[in-house]
Formats: sequence, structure tokens, C-alpha cells
Amino acid sequence: MKEGRPRSFYVLAIFFAAYVLFLYGPMIAIYVLSFQGPQGGLTFPMNGVSTFWLQKLFQGTGIVDLGAAFRRSLLLGLIVMAATVVLSVAAGMAFRRKFKAQSILFYSAIASLIVPSIITSLGISLEFRIVDDLIKAHWNENFETSMGLLTSGLGAHLTWTLPFGLLIMFAIFNRFDPRLEEAARDLGATPWQAFRHVVLPIILPSVIGIGLFGFTLSWDELARSSQAIGAVNTLPLDLQGLTTTVTNPDIYALGTIISAVSFAVITLALGTIHMLNKRQAAKGSDAGKGLV
Amino acid sequence: MDTSEDILQQPSPDLVRGSETARPAKAARLSPSFISWLQAGPMMLVFLAFFLIPLVFVVIVSFWDYNEYQLLPTFSGRGYTDTFEGCIAQLPDLCTIGRTYVKTLKLCVMVWAITLFIGFWVAYFLAFHVKSKTWQMGLSLLCTIPFWTSNVIRMIAWIPLLGRNGLVNSGLIKSGLINQPLEWLLFSEFSVVLALVHLFTFFMVVPIFNSMVRIDKSLIEAAYDAGATGFQTLVNVIIPLAKPGIVIGSIFVITIVMGDFITIGVMGGQQIASAGKIIETRVNALQFPAAAANAVILLIITFLIITMMSRIVDIKKEL
Repeated sequence: MKEGRPRSFYVLAIFFAAYVLFLYGPMIAIYVLSFQGPQGGLTFPMNGVSTFWLQKLFQGTGIVDLGAAFRRSLLLGLIVMAATVVLSVAAGMAFRRKFKAQSILFYSAIASLIVPSIITSLGISLEFRIVDDLIKAHWNENFETSMGLLTSGLGAHLTWTLPFGLLIMFAIFNRFDPRLEEAARDLGATPWQAFRHVVLPIILPSVIGIGLFGFTLSWDELARSSQAIGAVNTLPLDLQGLTTTVTNPDIYALGTIISAVSFAVITLALGTIHMLNKRQAAKGSDAGKGLV
Repeated sequence: MDTSEDILQQPSPDLVRGSETARPAKAARLSPSFISWLQAGPMMLVFLAFFLIPLVFVVIVSFWDYNEYQLLPTFSGRGYTDTFEGCIAQLPDLCTIGRTYVKTLKLCVMVWAITLFIGFWVAYFLAFHVKSKTWQMGLSLLCTIPFWTSNVIRMIAWIPLLGRNGLVNSGLIKSGLINQPLEWLLFSEFSVVLALVHLFTFFMVVPIFNSMVRIDKSLIEAAYDAGATGFQTLVNVIIPLAKPGIVIGSIFVITIVMGDFITIGVMGGQQIASAGKIIETRVNALQFPAAAANAVILLIITFLIITMMSRIVDIKKEL
């Protein structure tokens, strides 16, 4: 039975296309505007085409110390990514059995996702301030602060990325066939061997997805960093600071560079996932396909 | 890590010989509950150190005293009395905090209604009209990619379009519809709502889509066979079955908008007050107990909203 597409299809297809245009249109506008000529301003029309503003940013003569903030954000993003992958996969494995505190962990993750970021951020900053005061009062008067990129900053980012990692693990194991693991065990594999040679290869594409979430969410994180990052800024914080003061396309150039990194990571991750899926399809089980 | 490497180095014939060689290893194995703790413990510790304890500190500090430079760890209700200053004296008019919350809730309702409308139909299109799995995946990805890019950039992106000399204004002037550039396009409530919708419709699309793809297509056919119109099927079959997704998406959007201070700050030209922005302002003035008191109030209101909404649906069952 073959039917033509109903009229609602076309109406909704146009609606969907408009939504996609709404999503991408403005972003594309600033990527284009970052190639303004040297005399260009913040809006269209373009006043010539050049890489003047991008170059200015790289020379460090621009508005922020791009290099340092860039390296800080990259370092933090990579650490957050690694930690998110490892902790999420481990916790996801734990959730396949019943264990005490299961629901505490689950509700902590959900709460961490939906409690407004400003509250988490404020809490972390208060926690570190109080710890600092205790250290100053009892141990070392010259102690400066324990707050920083890789202490409070890292923690703040993890409260945002880990819930996503855990939810992705739930989604994976909802579809996972436990018989594969049982088969490995029946063949004498230790739990680690079953994980390493059976479970991990199957879930690897989704694990890369967790890494993608970990890095990109940290790379662009703002609300949680705002109070908890310490003395230095990450790239998005610098960018936000500029929104009120800057009057030339510097800011678009910076936005374009930050986005370029995001898109590079997204492409890399999606490419790898695609490749792994293809390999799984090619080399994976042929059960049920052959003749008996 | 070393032991696991060792296991990997074991020659594979051991595996084939089977259970006799595996048994001794089994005896030395850790108990399952201990393994669960090892697996889930690290994540639990992160949430404990960077989420649960900080929340406790927020509540404690909200009852501390403060002066111009520092926290004074003595009990005081000053954080709260400062926040609610004038609230009784000004009755029946609303005081600052009351007005701010009314405004934030108003923003919330507007953004919620718009994201729900857009999110529902985008998800509906993806779930019911896109038949091929490859296309479904590709188009979902298209909706997801912006979520992996920077929010601030996606806000700034509106400036060249909505600004005084932006594309919209110059287009309207050229077409002769207006003589003066419209001032309310940027740094206004309009631009705040627009940006929030732009940023967070994604949080509606994903859970609603998830609920919708799980709907058994034969139910919809059955409704049609029983003579239901398209609209009746939508209202009596699809919407009730997509309700969990709708509720989860709504919780996300509402909590995000309730606590937002960045979008409201950047898109409102730092002129619009909101529940989240009060906290930021207090922190910047180093009035931590007052900031914490505001955080507690925001937390309670957010919690009330979520409890009300999760009455409608059991979240844990849906994930």
C-alpha cells in the first residue's frame, strides 16, 4: 500500500526547515561578519572582505589574551572529557545491577542537571571560600586560594557534564543485549575481559558520544564557571565580558574561532562514530543471516 | 590499572580451556556490591563534593551575617530581610523581589509556551513524517549540533540581525514599512525571549521526540480505522502518549529560564532583572549571604514547580 504524502507533511516540512534556518541563520551571519574588511562594523553590509580581525586576534594585539584563555579552555575541556567518559561508563556499568545508593546517585545527577547553574556555581564558590578561610586561620596565613581552573572549575564543569554522560549510558544499556556478556562469561572470560573485549567495543560509538558531550559542554560552559573558576577566565567568559564593551568585529572573530574548535571536535567525533558503526556492521555478528 | 593490563596479557588459550582455569580467579574476585561501589563511587564523590555539599553551604551561608568585605559566620537573617526589604511596607504594591519574580515567571511562561509549540511540531515531524531511519538520524543531528556550540556566540549572533542598523531594521526601512529603526528589537524583553527560544527549544525537542518514537504506530492506525480525524488522533492518542516527554522538556526549559542570568543579561543589555540576575548582582557586591538567601528562594520555587510537574509523570520510569 503506497500512499502519497499527506498535506500535513509539507506544512510540517516547511515548519521544520524554518526552525533549522532559525537555528543556523544567525550563527552563519557572525561567521561571515568575522571576515569584515578593516573598516567594517558590527552589522551588514560587509565593508570588504579580509582576515584582518582574525589576524588581529592571533597577533594578540586584540582585546583579550586569546592564547592563554584558549589553552586554559582546551586543557579544562580535555580533562572534563576524559573524566566524564571514565566516570560515566563506570557508573553506567554499576547501574546494570542493583546497588545501595542507586537512587541517591540517580537523583543527584538529575538534580545537578536541573538545579539552576548559578546556584551550583555560588555553592562551589562558597565552599572553596570557606575552606580557604579555614586553611588561613588554622594552617597557613599566607595561603591564597584553593579555587582554580582544575579544582573548583573542573568540579563545576563535571556537575554539568556527568548527568549527560550517565543518561547516555542508561540509553546504551537499555538497548544492550546482556546475552553477549553471558556468552563471554560462559567462554571463561573474567569480568574485565568481558568488558574490554565484548561490552566496550559494542558501546564504543556511544562512549565517543559521551566524550563529545563532555568536551563541547565544558568548552562552551559559562553559567557554572561564572562564580567558580577562580582568578582566571575561560574563553567563553572572556567572550561574555566583551559583549558589553566591544564595538568592532573582534568579537565575531573570537566567536568564529571558538566555534571552529567546536565544529572540528563535532566532526571528528561524528566521523569516528560513523566509522565504528560501519566497522561493526561489516565485521559484527552474522547471526541469523546465513542459511542453516 | 596494572592488574587489568596483566589480565589482558594472558594468552588466549587459557580462555578456551574454560571453566577450570577461570574458577580460581572467581574465588579471589571482589564481592559484587563492592564492585558497584568502585564503579559508581567516583561519580557519587564528584556530586557530593561539587553539588550536594555546595548546596548545603548555600543554605548555611544564607543565614550568616556580612559586612562590606567579608562573610561573618554568625547567625543572622539579614540575607533574607535585605532581600524582602519593603515587601510589607509597600503592600499592596509589589516590592523589588516580588516584581522580579513576577517578571521572571512571565518570561518563563512565554518561553515555555513557544518552545513547547515549536518543539512539539519539530519532534512530531521527525517522529511521524520522516520514515527513513537515516534521515531521522541526520535531521535530529542537525537539530543537536547547535547545542554543542557556544551559547554566548548564539546570542551575539542576533546583534547583526536585530541591532539598530541590523538586517531586520534596514530591510524594513528599505521596504518603506517604517521610517525609524525599531528600538525594541535588541536589548529588550523581545530579544531575551527570542534568544531563550533559540537556545533551549532543543531541550523540548529531544524528550518529546523520544516519547513519540516509542508510540506504537498501530495505535494511530487503529484510531484512524475507528474513524478518528487527524485532530482527534492527535488530541486523544498522540498527546497523551507523548506527555512524559512534554513534561520532562517543560521541566528543563522552565528551570533553565528560572535560573538564567546570562541570556537575560546579554540580550537584555544588562537592564532586565531576573531571579538569577539578583544572585549575580549580590555576588558581585560581595554580599554572599544575600546571594545565598536568593539562591535558597530560587531553589524552593524551582523545586515547587518541578514537584508540581512531576506529579503528572514518573520521571524515573521514563529514562
